[in-house]
Amino acid sequence: MPPQTVTLFIQCLVDALLPEAGEAMVRVFDRLGIPLLYPHGQTCCGQPAWNSGFRREAAGAARRFIDLFEGAEAIVCPSGSCVAMVRHHYPELFRDDPAMHRRALAVARKTFEFSEYLVDVLGIADLGAVFPATVTYHDSCHLARTLGIREQPRRLLRHVREVRLVEMSNSDTCCGFGGAFSVNYPDISLALVDDKIDHILRSGAKVVVGCDAGCLLQIRGRVARRGIDIQTLHLAQVLAGEATP
Amino acid sequence: MTRSSSYLEAARAGMANACLQKSLRNLQARYGQGALAAWRALPDPDLRRRVKARRMQTLAHLDRLLALLAEGIESRGGRVFFAATAAEANRYVLDLARKHGVQRVVKGKSMLSAEIGIDAVLAADGIEVVETDLGEFIVQIAASSASHIIAPCIHMDRQQIGRLFAGRLGIPYSDDPPTLTRAARQALRHKLLTADMGLTGCNLAIAETGQISLVSNEGNIRMATTLPKLHVALMGMERICATLDDHRDLLQLLTQGAALQKLSTYVSFLGGPRHPGDPDGPAAFHLVIVDNGRSRILADPEFREVLACIRCGACLNICPVYGRIGGHAYHSPYSGPIGAVVTPLLHGINRHADLCRGETLCGACREVCPVDNDLPRMLAALRHKLAYGDPGWQVRPHNRREALGFKLWRWLIGNNRRYEVVFRILRALQRPFVGPQGMIDPRAGGQDGWTGGRDLPPLAAASFRERWRTTLGKGRSRREAERRQEQDHAA
Repeated sequence: MPPQTVTLFIQCLVDALLPEAGEAMVRVFDRLGIPLLYPHGQTCCGQPAWNSGFRREAAGAARRFIDLFEGAEAIVCPSGSCVAMVRHHYPELFRDDPAMHRRALAVARKTFEFSEYLVDVLGIADLGAVFPATVTYHDSCHLARTLGIREQPRRLLRHVREVRLVEMSNSDTCCGFGGAFSVNYPDISLALVDDKIDHILRSGAKVVVGCDAGCLLQIRGRVARRGIDIQTLHLAQVLAGEATP
Repeated sequence: MTRSSSYLEAARAGMANACLQKSLRNLQARYGQGALAAWRALPDPDLRRRVKARRMQTLAHLDRLLALLAEGIESRGGRVFFAATAAEANRYVLDLARKHGVQRVVKGKSMLSAEIGIDAVLAADGIEVVETDLGEFIVQIAASSASHIIAPCIHMDRQQIGRLFAGRLGIPYSDDPPTLTRAARQALRHKLLTADMGLTGCNLAIAETGQISLVSNEGNIRMATTLPKLHVALMGMERICATLDDHRDLLQLLTQGAALQKLSTYVSFLGGPRHPGDPDGPAAFHLVIVDNGRSRILADPEFREVLACIRCGACLNICPVYGRIGGHAYHSPYSGPIGAVVTPLLHGINRHADLCRGETLCGACREVCPVDNDLPRMLAALRHKLAYGDPGWQVRPHNRREALGFKLWRWLIGNNRRYEVVFRILRALQRPFVGPQGMIDPRAGGQDGWTGGRDLPPLAAASFRERWRTTLGKGRSRREAERRQEQDHAA
């Protein structure tokens, strides 16, 4: 059976601030010979509005997303929290609208996070990448706890040549990003990311790999400000083999 | 001072308190992680879900079960009073104290007593109130307040407690825990022997047997409930199980969630006053069942499940925010994730808006909750109320500027061309503020918000959509069409 066409759902943060992660994901799929589509109409899935309680606005974004993506065979996104939004909160947003609820569920069923799609759907763990460095993996909250995806990214990392994967303690403790929380309560947010950075440093890794742009921006922004030598990479960047430690 | 700034100030004070930070770190490493491990090791992996289902079923029949409980207690000569508000509960207890000529009250640890503020009411009438739980006793003589629902004095270390005891109990300074515990025991023993009223909470009640149960590790509950002539127990109206079997399951989850114990040192079952022939017990027993806002929670399907909580404190032991700011920032006896949900529901959503908004929704509290309460879902629901207001809960829209911001955001993301134009304008505007390291200059971003403590990368020189248009996506639609054609042929 020929591979399904993957429709790219590029999170707004990746689009605007971390496009190299999206580009890396494209390279990985290209190497696997997977046909790709990118609907230009996409903007934001609505998660910021949802998290802040603005459900009317979030529902507007969700409606738009569903219109745009419901014809896709498979929707793949380089962000756990956006997939959690589509998979869990879209159906919740339309719980009183049976027609929209059905459409939301249909889109939810075919929306996948990047590592999940590679490992669980395509059954691929080895992408032939090489990355000579000691890396540690940060479990982002919604990916690990809402979607239950902990093993897939690690499996992909373990198959990378020359990589040494070490576990940090409390790898699934929140980095303190939390969307608007990071700017509404910066002191608390910074205390949390400093804890995360301590755990990364103690692991001995020079590179921290994650699957959510929010966490990566939070950790990268803080290590840059503190002048700490830790590299932050999206999993796709390691798998695409373009990043160098 | 607004409540918001008092939240932030208390949070900052907590984060700056080295002693608190050390205690919280130890607490979370041991008990939070320990509870997760305990759940993984449960012989019955479905226990938590089953107990939750039973809790919800119990809540659906709360009126009948409470009536059954009251019947059981009254049949043994105990008295039951249903208090709709904190004021009603306080008045009832105060009247009892006056009627019995009470001079001294010894207390067992009770969150509800702090919620309704009974101590101050009794003290104002000249009645001495003494906490007998060691942690609560320490907090009381320090004139502080509990900062954890199970470990009230977690914000103090043994050196501080040593100095406190030296000053207040007149013993030579010591920071040796057994020495300090002995000193507290000695001070408390006299109070317990001379008190006229024992005032406790209620961990759980059992409708089937007409009893309340109290768990403790120090033995103080046994003394406070049997030595004084009068025992008054305060009970939140949701803390009931239908049967003794339900109680067994809940007790197991409670002691493991709270302290990683298979069973607490003491479990007391109390169902009325002393009967002729009983070796001990109070001459009079009163149970005060308190609503104080719980009916309103019960009536709202969105929040009803929070009443399944058994106050084990496991969510405090895992929450990264609580783990940094400590309990005092919550300005409520209920701190941590459970406090962030229940305090606004009991005492005002607008008034406690910071509690609704001050979490990352990371989901750790849900993972550790013994009754599988979805606290992040309820926090999001509280934010929903704050966003637009809700007359049913007397909530006003919290922040009009933010509301306007999201209207603007909605307009912006509603059209990708518009979105792109704005992106390009912002990218052009940011140019003068890009610093030598390629990051946005913090002086431009300000000392608040993101750039106060973190660098911000500038908007990408080529966004993903621009890259797709110019290079990445080139020729793909043609290739895709060809592929589909091949597929059609093959079919």
